[in-house]
Amino acid sequence: MADAAGIRAKKAPPRLPVLRGRHDFPEISGRISAVVLDGKLPRLFWVAFFVCFAFVLLFLYSITYLISVGIGAIGIDIPVVWGTMISNFVWWIGIGHAGTLISAVLLLLRQPWRASINRFAEAMTLFAVAMAGLYPILHLGRPWFFYWLLPLPNTHMHWPQWRSPLVWDFAAISTYATVSLLFWYMGLLPDLGVLRDRAKSRFAQLFYGILALGWCGSAFHWARYQTVYFLMAALATPLVVSVHSIVALDFTFAITPGYHSTIFPPYFVAGALFSGFAMVLTIAIPLRWAFAVEDLITLRHMDNAAKLMIAAGMIVAYGYTSEAFFAWYSGQPYERAMMAERAVGPYAPLFWTMLLCNCVVLQLLWLRRVRLNMPLLFSIALVINIGMWLERYVIVVTGPSRDYLPSSWGEQSLTWLDFGILFGSIGTFFALVFLFIRILPAITIFEVEELAEEKGGAA
Amino acid sequence: MSAIADRQPDLAALRLAAAGREPWRGLDELADTAEFRRFVEAEFPATAERLPLSLDRRTLLKLMGASLSLAGLTACSEAERIVPYVHQPENIIPGKPLYYATALASDGYGIGAVVESHEGRPTKIEGNPDHPASRGATDAVMQAAVLSLFDPERSRAPLKQGEPASYGDFLKEIAGLAGGSIASGGQGLALLVEATTSPTAKAQINALKARYPRLRVFRHDPLAAGSGEQATAKLFGRALAPIYHFDRADVIVSLDADFLGDGPGRLAYARQFADRRRVRKATDTMSRLYVIESTPTITGAAADHRRAVRPSAVESIAAAIKAALEGDNHEAEPAWASALVEDLRGAGRNALVVPGAHQTEFVHALAFAMNARLDAIGNTLEFIEPPDALGTDGDLASLCQAIAGRLVDTVVVLGSNPLHTAPSDIDVRKAFSDLKLLVHWGLYRDETAFLARWHIPAAHELEGWSDIRAYDGTASIVQPLVEPLFGGKSLHQLLAALGGEFNADMQALVRRTWAAMDEPAWRKALRDGVVPNSTARPVAVGMAADIGAGARRVSADGPLEVRFVADPWLRDGRYANSSWLQELPRPLSKLVWGNVALISPATAQRLGLGNGRVVNLARNGRDLDAPVWITPGQPDNTVTLSLGFGRKIGSVATMAEGYDAFALRTADAAWFADGLVLTVRDGSARVATTQHHQAMEGRAIIRHATLDAFRHDPHFVRDGAPTEPTESLYPDWSYDQEAWGMAIDQSACIGCMACVSACQAENNIATVGPDEAARGHEMHWLRIDRYYAGAIDDPDIFFQPVPCMHCEKAPCEVVCPVNATTHTHDGLNAQVYNRCIGTRYCSQNCPYKVRRFNFFGYQEFDKQSAGPQQAARNPDVTVRSRGVMEKCTYCVQRISEKRIRAQIENREIADGEVVTACQQACPTQAIVFGDLNKKGSGVAREKAAPHNYALLEELNTRPRTTYLGKITNPNDRIAGKSRAEAANG
Repeated sequence: MADAAGIRAKKAPPRLPVLRGRHDFPEISGRISAVVLDGKLPRLFWVAFFVCFAFVLLFLYSITYLISVGIGAIGIDIPVVWGTMISNFVWWIGIGHAGTLISAVLLLLRQPWRASINRFAEAMTLFAVAMAGLYPILHLGRPWFFYWLLPLPNTHMHWPQWRSPLVWDFAAISTYATVSLLFWYMGLLPDLGVLRDRAKSRFAQLFYGILALGWCGSAFHWARYQTVYFLMAALATPLVVSVHSIVALDFTFAITPGYHSTIFPPYFVAGALFSGFAMVLTIAIPLRWAFAVEDLITLRHMDNAAKLMIAAGMIVAYGYTSEAFFAWYSGQPYERAMMAERAVGPYAPLFWTMLLCNCVVLQLLWLRRVRLNMPLLFSIALVINIGMWLERYVIVVTGPSRDYLPSSWGEQSLTWLDFGILFGSIGTFFALVFLFIRILPAITIFEVEELAEEKGGAA
Repeated sequence: MSAIADRQPDLAALRLAAAGREPWRGLDELADTAEFRRFVEAEFPATAERLPLSLDRRTLLKLMGASLSLAGLTACSEAERIVPYVHQPENIIPGKPLYYATALASDGYGIGAVVESHEGRPTKIEGNPDHPASRGATDAVMQAAVLSLFDPERSRAPLKQGEPASYGDFLKEIAGLAGGSIASGGQGLALLVEATTSPTAKAQINALKARYPRLRVFRHDPLAAGSGEQATAKLFGRALAPIYHFDRADVIVSLDADFLGDGPGRLAYARQFADRRRVRKATDTMSRLYVIESTPTITGAAADHRRAVRPSAVESIAAAIKAALEGDNHEAEPAWASALVEDLRGAGRNALVVPGAHQTEFVHALAFAMNARLDAIGNTLEFIEPPDALGTDGDLASLCQAIAGRLVDTVVVLGSNPLHTAPSDIDVRKAFSDLKLLVHWGLYRDETAFLARWHIPAAHELEGWSDIRAYDGTASIVQPLVEPLFGGKSLHQLLAALGGEFNADMQALVRRTWAAMDEPAWRKALRDGVVPNSTARPVAVGMAADIGAGARRVSADGPLEVRFVADPWLRDGRYANSSWLQELPRPLSKLVWGNVALISPATAQRLGLGNGRVVNLARNGRDLDAPVWITPGQPDNTVTLSLGFGRKIGSVATMAEGYDAFALRTADAAWFADGLVLTVRDGSARVATTQHHQAMEGRAIIRHATLDAFRHDPHFVRDGAPTEPTESLYPDWSYDQEAWGMAIDQSACIGCMACVSACQAENNIATVGPDEAARGHEMHWLRIDRYYAGAIDDPDIFFQPVPCMHCEKAPCEVVCPVNATTHTHDGLNAQVYNRCIGTRYCSQNCPYKVRRFNFFGYQEFDKQSAGPQQAARNPDVTVRSRGVMEKCTYCVQRISEKRIRAQIENREIADGEVVTACQQACPTQAIVFGDLNKKGSGVAREKAAPHNYALLEELNTRPRTTYLGKITNPNDRIAGKSRAEAANG
């Protein structure tokens, strides 16, 4: 026994450190805040930002066009009246999930490695939710009346129809967006204080000073801060599950074949985490390289994120399997036919690409070598992002395109606007991330300091 | 443009001209040449008016005074009386429509109509129940009459050589012509008329002939086929028209006759046919229909046995059947024919053989001889004097010959458009270019009008007085619903002008024909829409012993044959500018906004063609390019081309894709011919269709059985049907008043699309155009699904009209986040347009996919840009804006109207009082609507039928629209069929 344990110990790779090297407080806060305060960013940063900004313009143009012409400008039709607006929405909501998971759940589970990546993961959540929140509104035939979903007492006597999952959806997303914003801002407070103190220009002092809400780092403040932060984490944790479950109910609730499946809520949550971690890696890998913070955001983080990804990915794969199994097991001809059409019908290329991206490529992550190879890991994360978008699109369109009456069967063909809005939103998302990096500390200063202290580096 | 740019201006003259003149704007104006004046007239008609007037003060005052005093005179035309059909109110009550009986022309024959008029604006065509050709039904084309009435592209003013001119000038020229013609006896003068059954027109033409003895009358009627007339002339000594009685027929054999979908009696025939096949209980009987046809038609789809053969083969098959019928040996080739012959013999007097109008003279002769042999003449088949008998001097070809021979130098074209519809081997353009005078009278400035010296706008049939006979000779008075919108003239006014009566009143011309009727009788004829006792009496005929011989031989594996059909909606292209008709799916192909070349699956396989592949079709040195469309049930080696597309005039007509089949049609091969050469081209063309999948995929969508199977098991629709779940999370609705419901008899439905067109007219349904239709954005609330079952080469064809099911447990209602789709107190599933924000969740969750979405702003709201066609809209139905969902409402506006009336009269709504638009239009009465709570109501009776079932009942949506399973009556002796049809799905 002892022998075997010894062999295992020998074979197990050394545990990667959460923080590499020795750091002290001024060094950490100085390095992180310098990015924001000095504004000396690599030229590549600005090039990338302006590329993203071009996409922001595309996004604005596409939205203007969509609203002035009509929703028919995207590739929807009868029978497939939902299209990329819904799949983009689900995709973005999913991406947001990793941030909440990292910041809230891992905080409650006392996972110290979350510290250096939680800030930008939260920001990512916020921006993803912002993008996601636009889609259900853009999706509407008359987007200017979106507020009719709200239970506003008004003279029109509009009252939402509470049986509709879209109303639940509206509530779930707005709650999620609000909590995410508050949680993120709460976590920012100590760092805003640091920035205010380190700022040299009057404008920056005022700007960060107002935002810091009078944070002075007293023990009293810290105690309150900890209480509130943990409370909010406890509030945010159920949202990780609830938001995407409710988004899944939009589908589950419908009787359309391919939608009407009880596996959807858990499977959607897993999918959300899966795509969320893929996005975390997509951002973190270039970030730590470009800003040379490989010692703060270490391979340990990357490794852990990849491990979470494979865990979530396997649940998603299980979801695919059970979806197919229950379509067959239900004995319902419509479900069976829809599932068969998904595999061999007009959307089959998308379906198989999705499986390749989300299930086959994912298996590479079992290898430690792959997890620690940053270019490869980055590529895999990108592939999974694409795969997860395809998953949502396939779910949204294949069901209605092959539903009950064959006379109505039909496919939709995407237009430039579908892509304009999707890529526009991706560009906008990254532009926001760039702005965030420029304006706020992308790595939590005080938590990394805590880590360094625990490691015994700082005095 | 400068009129003098290409000439050297005479500068010295200009300088002189400028010296004494008012300000001038350019050298052109200064020169004041004829070219410049013409240019100004063409470009700036408003300026042109002012240009020649160099008014002094006195002239101006004189003119002003004169206009002032004359202005009052415009109100001084004599009042006309048009008589309302149902109500005769003292005053028009705003918001309350009036109904007037009239008749609409279909290839020259009348079909009775009752037109709904809102404050003087006709909005909806209904059938006239008292009219024999309508019996209350309409077809798809009739529904579109209100749209063509308000078509902004109708010609609006007389044109002289393309320039607006006054009708007075035209009359002046005609007066000169008439004067000259009296002297010459009408030498050189010719009329080119269309098929018309108008007694007034006939009398006028006869009067003209009396006035001008040398006047020649030619007839051009691209969709007419004279072989029936020729056959009767040969067999009976005079041309006669056959009248069929499908309600008396037990066994019907169609020899390429599409009697349900084509011909002036189609609505009446469809009604008779369906009445004879209505089965509700085991003891009911039904007729049996055999169809031998050369291209798929709705008649073939309704058949119990259908054989697709090449058009040239019909003759030999008919001959074989006749031989077997007359010989002692009952066996005929092919084998199924002997079963058919047996059946015919068994039916005896109650058998009926119907020849296709376009088939050869010999096929007609064979068919009539068979009917005579069976003693059916006088029972299922009768002959009458042809209602359209108008003595003519020949057809278009003879006219062109006459022009070439200098016998004719003046042609008055009345209604037709020979430049588009002439056979391609007749060069009408060249012939007409040689004329001294060409006058064209028509609704549009069409191809012929462009060539004509004078174009006179025609009054629409809803604008003018006329009279018309139905297929059985019954006469109707055509009364106008509105004054001519664009100053159009009626056919009778034009004929009168030719006869020297220049200011004839439209009504007086028609009234004169019916002078024998006194005023009360005239009024009654107007109100009823039919002239009493005007139906033609059957003529006793003696069958000639020798029926002639066929000229054609079947070329079994010869080259391709071509078959021409008229597009069911656009006909010869005259309705091509109607967006309703362009966008109405064709009954079998479900194609919109274009035509295709139909080929059979086997031929497509042999030639390696796929749907939409462009091919070149050539025959006798003429050719055209067309996309192919693989059509199950099309005979092999036969290409069907449809006429009516490929128009180059009219903004709607030119939007459509498609080819002009007239380019390939020749005078000797008007309907079919062999020797077609097909060459595959590179590339494909877009073909827009509203149904992409044709099979039921083994689902119990249309449940059907043979009559024997039904007798054995009246509840056959339940066989193998999934069990209907009964639990629901939500409590049941309760109804203390009406609970509306609908039953659709699939045995009666012939798929003619009249209901869809009627729904479009009633409910202000937008058309979306070819690009949008190709994207699946069409808006029809009601669709007719067409499914194929069985062998791909010889399929069974099924139709299923699918309106909203108005589910009791509607999936759409629970998912709408804003309560825009709700359940009403009387069971309707209502859509509240102004509450809808367009999440489209309802459509996503609708298993029947009956909801339609305004993807764009399809309807114009701005009164200025909406144009005159907005006048055709039904004021009782909201026009929907961009971004909202819409769907079938069970014509809730009609329910409300009846409810209000019932409440005023303090009574319940009677059964049958509320009639939906689809139900009203249906020629076979396949649709029954009413109150399910009322015992003994028509719809409750239908729903109690043993073969009533709900579509997708296993979903627990509990639809209020249910279907009666389709019952067919195949012959046991013809193998394969009965077994296949006994099974569901």
